Amino acid sequence: MKLYIRATGNISPQKTFGHPGLLAEIVEHSGNRLYCVEPDYKAFIDVKQIRRMSRIIKMGVAAAMECLQEAGVEVPDAIVTGTAYGCLEDTGIFLSKMVEQQEELLAPTAFIQSTHNTVGAQIALMLHCNGYNNVFVHRGFSFESALLDAMLLLKEGEAANVLVGGLDETTDTSHAILSRFGLYKKEPVSNLNLLAQSTKGTIAGEGAAFFLLASQPTANDFAVLEALTTFYKPANIQETEQHIASFLSGQSIVSSEIDLLITGRNGDMEEDKVYSKLEQSVFDKVPTVNYKPLCGEYPTSSAFALWLASNIIQSGSLPPSLEHTGNVPGKIKRILIYNHFQNTHHSLLLISAC
Amino acid sequence: MNAPVFIAGMGAISAIGNNLSECLNALENQQAGMGEMAYLHSVHSKTLPVAEVKLSNDALSEQLGLSKIISRTAMLSMVAAKEALENAAIAALSNFRTGFISANTVGGMDRTEQFFNAFLPDHKKGKLRDVVHHECGYISELAADYLGIRDYVTTISTACSSSANSVFYGARLIRNNILDVVVAGGTDALTKFTLNGFNTLMILDQDPCKPFDENRKGLNLGEGAGYVVMVSEKVAAVLKKAPFCKLSGYCNANDAYHQTASSPDGTGSYLAMKGALDRAGLLPEAIDYINLHGTGTQNNDIAEGTAIKRLFGPVYPKMSSTKSFTGHTLGASGGLEAVFSVLALRENIIYPNLRLQTPMKELPFVPETLLLKDVSVKNVLSNSFGFGGNCSSLIFSKI
Repeated sequence: MKLYIRATGNISPQKTFGHPGLLAEIVEHSGNRLYCVEPDYKAFIDVKQIRRMSRIIKMGVAAAMECLQEAGVEVPDAIVTGTAYGCLEDTGIFLSKMVEQQEELLAPTAFIQSTHNTVGAQIALMLHCNGYNNVFVHRGFSFESALLDAMLLLKEGEAANVLVGGLDETTDTSHAILSRFGLYKKEPVSNLNLLAQSTKGTIAGEGAAFFLLASQPTANDFAVLEALTTFYKPANIQETEQHIASFLSGQSIVSSEIDLLITGRNGDMEEDKVYSKLEQSVFDKVPTVNYKPLCGEYPTSSAFALWLASNIIQSGSLPPSLEHTGNVPGKIKRILIYNHFQNTHHSLLLISAC
Repeated sequence: MNAPVFIAGMGAISAIGNNLSECLNALENQQAGMGEMAYLHSVHSKTLPVAEVKLSNDALSEQLGLSKIISRTAMLSMVAAKEALENAAIAALSNFRTGFISANTVGGMDRTEQFFNAFLPDHKKGKLRDVVHHECGYISELAADYLGIRDYVTTISTACSSSANSVFYGARLIRNNILDVVVAGGTDALTKFTLNGFNTLMILDQDPCKPFDENRKGLNLGEGAGYVVMVSEKVAAVLKKAPFCKLSGYCNANDAYHQTASSPDGTGSYLAMKGALDRAGLLPEAIDYINLHGTGTQNNDIAEGTAIKRLFGPVYPKMSSTKSFTGHTLGASGGLEAVFSVLALRENIIYPNLRLQTPMKELPFVPETLLLKDVSVKNVLSNSFGFGGNCSSLIFSKI
């Protein structure tokens, strides 16, 4: 069964919101933390509500609204979101005040907005959408789980269209903590040369990308979502190769039939070895683009990759600003996204032209 | 898509028992689990009763054979999920595609709170081992790794309906032939974060809660974990014992009314219950027992009651809120109450709704106040409604 990506909405560290032209210019970020380029939210959210909302809620709601507007869908049949970290800002506010004020005189707002279903619930509330509403919070599988749920809803006939999104934010607190785990580069770095340095660590990213997935085609669809799979903690590279090979054979294709591979290389010399090895084996000679120099590393970054792939398929070619390796065909009709998060969560997403 | 999904195993830990049989025994003997805090350290320890699991972190760690103490949320999950798998006793589990679908609301927050004490004044301080498992998904992975489940692992967090949704999603993965066996449910340990959060909303009762009572004053927070093992028809055929029942109905709907409050007419609750009945192909009169969401807050009980009145009136099934025993275990409640629902089917019993003295004026029905034994229980509806308007209902049916 073919599923169609009818519309997208994306707030990211690049100028992606409002479809200004696919990566017409690439935003450079210095340092190991990428910030989203945020729009003026007033066009999408009531001013009074904007003041109450944390950044991730605003980003999520606006990306969702843009996606629905583009799709021409007022109320989707279902809303499924994926977020690993949830609403970190509000969680941090409530937690800090609770500790500092020794559990006394606390206000409820930050707590109310701290739950992982806040964004999905806010979207439902704004749209008066009584339909299916689910939230996946599983680290590097959060978006993939949400996407699988959406795909199943369409296949089951439970929904004709599903709004599905992946979103995560970085906060000062989360960045301070994650930095102590040694996740990020310590030397000066620009996202533009992220992959040129053979050092440890990556750069922190964030974003909110939504998709309107439908079971029936229209004239304006971006792409067809063919298949998705995930695998958890492969024991070694051979097992990773087996998973990839069986995914491709399950779709009755061989690697030479993939027009473009989008990988999750993040600049960490250890984690990137996986991609380099696969390019010697299952991905040999497949033209490749790496997306994390654009959006940074975060657990739901594959939502950014799906946005990128959808837009490349729609235009048929790579934007000139985007570096690639290998020989890209004149018209790009089939893209495979392969990402791994900390070599624990691996995912494959296959999309094609309509 | 409509292949049956069987319940082949279950496991539970809560304030009323450290395993299935202890929980059942407490339910039959009307022994509630609320009391003064013994393990959670809070300034509210004298004023707010909670329903704690009666095991320290040391005891849980030792029981599990772990070399160190990890988040209580993960340890509770491991205890109940392990019991569920053992209870299912599936021979050669490794021959089947097995998934672990868990749920929780605040991940490893119990440890993050400790980390923040040192971290807040100085960002270089605080032990990283206290915050490493903060994410909800990490809690599930600790349990999945402990159980040796690797084919599919994910986590759902939709506030109080989280683990009803994990059961629901797990069943669909079986029906879509993605998995053969799914361990699904949820876990949550008591944390200061949630206790204070609910306290700011002024919906915590300072006495043991009274769900569906006219004079109810709020909920008590609890902790625990509950999991069911669901299997496909193919797996059920090779089990040594017959499955307990099947999951016949499920539905997820959103109230779309308010971030924390339910709509007065319980739109989301109504849609979830109605959808689950439709899915199961059952009429309302086929339901023998409703395990109510029944938190004991003013808002939930009237919204849920109004939705039940609209859907079931004028003839009502037996019903009760087991939160009057376990407190509200948040992300664990859907899983825990799924287990209690299956136990009600297996034992042909209906649990009492404790401390219900004055029935709600607005409602034409009264939940059961005494244990009913030797009743015919063929279909049980379990409700889980939550913040963000996330409402889910499950129906378990005898085979």
